[in-house]
Amino acid sequence: MRLIDYANPTRFLGLTDKLLPWIAGATAVLFAVGLWLVFFVAPADYQQGETVKIMYIHVPFSWLSMFCYMTMAGSAFGTLVWRHPLADVSAKCAAPIGAAFTFLALATGSLWGKPMWGTWWVWDARLTSVLVLFIMYLGLIALQETIEDPARAAKAGAILTLVGVVNIPIIKFSVDWWNTLHQPSSVFRAGGSTIAASMLVPLLVMAVAFTGLFLVLHLMSMRNEILRRRIRAMRMIEAAGAE
Amino acid sequence: MLGTHAGFILAAYGIALMVIAVLFVWILVDGRAQRRQLADLEARGVRRRSARTTDGEKA
Repeated sequence: MRLIDYANPTRFLGLTDKLLPWIAGATAVLFAVGLWLVFFVAPADYQQGETVKIMYIHVPFSWLSMFCYMTMAGSAFGTLVWRHPLADVSAKCAAPIGAAFTFLALATGSLWGKPMWGTWWVWDARLTSVLVLFIMYLGLIALQETIEDPARAAKAGAILTLVGVVNIPIIKFSVDWWNTLHQPSSVFRAGGSTIAASMLVPLLVMAVAFTGLFLVLHLMSMRNEILRRRIRAMRMIEAAGAE
Repeated sequence: MLGTHAGFILAAYGIALMVIAVLFVWILVDGRAQRRQLADLEARGVRRRSARTTDGEKA
């Protein structure tokens, strides 16, 4: 069976039925290992002290806020170009999860910023561009909810999602292009990571765990959306039969 | 154990746990509601076109 064959919603439901418990189990193990490393193994930072523990959730939330948007952009491309049956379902279901992760990136960043920078918020390029991303997620959710016809909602949402991709490189490179209170990239940068392995390993374990969590939530939500569309189609058949 | 800024660390982890728990429960409850509605429609004999085609092929 080719990968494209799983574009069939019924096959997708069957596949995810088998895969979800394994992905959820692996995610739970990764979280257990990650949190043990964070709270019992990773050292305190020489300047920030124990406050650095916020990094182990703030950074994965920030990465996933962008990863989730790029997942939506890929799905939007699939909706517009190939009219892939699951592409729109994927894009629609990723939006609330992306909004939640972006909110958490902002909230945990603020809780890290107050003791370290002395302020909850500054209107600098990094923080403002992430806030714009959060507002874009909310706009996309609102757009999908206000258009009743799923096909029209999918097309409008896909176009808006692809236009919004321009914000992703702005977020990523904002710390290099403009003066900002936010620190520059420390992990994915030219010349290699500047973080010590004792902190980098827990950070990467937590990042993989949160990616697993995203996958679990996304697949669960996609299954719900497929059922919702089936129910809609069946209700239309029932209504047509009643006329 | 968490130093002078323990409140900020606990608040960050607490809010993360709370938002993720709400999201997870919302998806779980939504899934149950969809399955219940689908079962209700099927019990009333409503079939999707593709399901009817499959039934016809089998018959």
